[in-house]
Amino acid sequence: MASRTLEVDFLTRVEGEGALRIELDGAEPKRIELRIFEPPRFFESLLRGRDQHEAPDITSRICGICPVAYITSACAALEQAHGIQLRAEHVALRRLLYTGEWIESHGLHVFMLHLPDFLGLPDAMTLAKQEPTLVKNALRIKKVGNSLVRVLGGREIHPINTRVGGFYKAPEAAALAELLSELAWAEQATLEALERLAELEFPSLERDYELVALHAPDRYAIESGRIRSSSGLDIDVSDYTQHFHELQRPHSTALHSLMRLTPQSEPREYLCGPLARFVLNHSELPEDLFELAGRAGLEPTCRNPFKSILARTIEIAFACREAARIIRAYEPPSEPSVPLPPAADAVEGHGASEAPRGLLYHRYRVDTDGLITEAQIVPPTSQNQGSIERDLWDLAPELGRLPLEEATLLAERAIRNHDPCISCATHFLNLEIRRA
Amino acid sequence: MRATRTRPRLAVWKFASCDGCQLSLLDCEDELLAITEQVEIAYFLEASRNTSPGPYDVSLVEGSITTHEDERRIQHVREQSKWVVTLGACATAGGIQALRNGRDLQEFASLVYAHPEYLDSLATSTPIAEHIRVDFELRGCPIDKQQLLEVLSALLIGRKPNIAAHSVCVECKLAGNVCVLVSSGEPCLGPITHAGCGALCPSYDRACYGCFGPAEAANPSALSRRLLGEAPPTDQRVDVPRDALVKTARLRRLLQTFNTLAPEFRKESLRHG
Ligand code: SF4
Ligand code: SF4
Repeated sequence: MASRTLEVDFLTRVEGEGALRIELDGAEPKRIELRIFEPPRFFESLLRGRDQHEAPDITSRICGICPVAYITSACAALEQAHGIQLRAEHVALRRLLYTGEWIESHGLHVFMLHLPDFLGLPDAMTLAKQEPTLVKNALRIKKVGNSLVRVLGGREIHPINTRVGGFYKAPEAAALAELLSELAWAEQATLEALERLAELEFPSLERDYELVALHAPDRYAIESGRIRSSSGLDIDVSDYTQHFHELQRPHSTALHSLMRLTPQSEPREYLCGPLARFVLNHSELPEDLFELAGRAGLEPTCRNPFKSILARTIEIAFACREAARIIRAYEPPSEPSVPLPPAADAVEGHGASEAPRGLLYHRYRVDTDGLITEAQIVPPTSQNQGSIERDLWDLAPELGRLPLEEATLLAERAIRNHDPCISCATHFLNLEIRRA
Repeated sequence: MRATRTRPRLAVWKFASCDGCQLSLLDCEDELLAITEQVEIAYFLEASRNTSPGPYDVSLVEGSITTHEDERRIQHVREQSKWVVTLGACATAGGIQALRNGRDLQEFASLVYAHPEYLDSLATSTPIAEHIRVDFELRGCPIDKQQLLEVLSALLIGRKPNIAAHSVCVECKLAGNVCVLVSSGEPCLGPITHAGCGALCPSYDRACYGCFGPAEAANPSALSRRLLGEAPPTDQRVDVPRDALVKTARLRRLLQTFNTLAPEFRKESLRHG
């Protein structure tokens, strides 16, 4: 077979800008390049010297699609640094806000960015002509998530009502209760959509991923938890840097996030995100949702990245139900937030939460004036970068066989499976492969 | 035969940014399908695999200019577009990433990247209007989607967009909010910040942090004096000076966040070091 080059100049329907270059010699991959030309924005540097209370607002601007994730991980890290404990009501509200982001962000990805791939269509607008009810419902589902973030956070993108220690203003129970009927509708509509998604054809690809996600014993982990992996890692978030490293690979200058089970063991690539969460945490899902997932073709042993669309959809349904549960149990806290105590010494804290795309880790050092002296942010996309490229290597023989256009589409789809959010350019170099 | 009416062609471009402003368009859940009937979405990478070449009637531009490549790319956008509308604080005022301006880029970069030499990054992050002629600037971090819909429909009909230029204070009065500056002594940028959010932060018991950038005819130095507890230079009244609400460093940070390069905010922040 002749050698060929597949090139996608602009990756579309991803958040941010990237390009992909794959060089094949026959069925043999010679070169695979996921090139990100998202300009670096240097968040970790520009946070130095800023007040700790600015961290959630500033880091939310890393990504307009999952601002709540950045806000939550930043708040968690700073609260841990100061050793403050939120009240149960604040924790519930934070989780509620996060379910809104899950519904909205997953809704966007499943129906508008990802589903068109399975149907060979360019976008959701075209899909709307073929399946108007599906797309109208999808927009309404997404809107429910947005409404939740708006009522609680003030606005959908970069909400303003969150702070280290809780919220500026606790929402009124009545304003939240107004969302209940739409949430119930959205859960139902999502489960109906899941039946439609179950009919899709999923390319066969099974990968031996090491899966990584937060885990909580009593709930499907979203806003906090311990870090677990499929081969048995189980650590506190504050031990993250002892097990997760960004390493330079000998054959490329790209930095990859790698994980070690123990400080002595071999580092390996890993995957976080909806598939990892579903596999690691399915026993914390309500039983009926777990069964519906199975019926749709999503097994708890699943390692097919194309089925992440099913995991996301189950998570939308779960988030709708969970939001309704929190709203029904809600009683406004006496104070909207817990104050930060003055610190006698410099402090350091770690925080992580499950962004729609996967684990989002933050670490801060803060001086006695409350100013940030060091910040580290590891977004999900940079952690998944190695796995995304490895998926493409595994698909290479298939890519070599297919007609050029179909092969290009398949490669794009393999990337979109992971919904890489390239705007989180805090670690721009992680996303680039360069070879001699 | 009657010529069929062609729909105006819309393009959406991204430079250094968080995607939040263009997401506002996809967040128009109720209007999205109607918009796609009115305009042809000719180029919108976040939403569609289909892209078609220019010229375009309206180009929406998100993000600031931070690389050599983007300096060139924005010229192409101008050449291909009848109207260029910038979306948000990044595109109109350099965005949060403009905090690098005036700093040592190598040092800044090496805190984040092991190999800063691989980066094609300019030492500055600049607004779109420093590079090309811009027809309309929408403010906010992020923009307000109702304002976006207003600008789109105005351009398509051929009238001037009706976007209020007064301050957040006016919106606060319209919303019936209690003033957070007067009543709780919070350092609020509302008096000098552009309307558009409907006085969101004060409605949530929070001081405005200026995400919409400067209002028209804002007077930042008067606000600074109030926040720092300084007497106005010519004021003879006995009730000044009042308590300082912030220290200089905090005031400077307040003015230098998402709209760092907005001239009024920048000038005032430089007065304080
Ligand atoms: S102005 Fe704000 S919301 Fe808009 S792209 Fe820039 S950072 Fe994102
Ligand atoms: S009140 Fe100020 S900071 Fe808050 S949303 Fe409005 S303009 Fe932005």
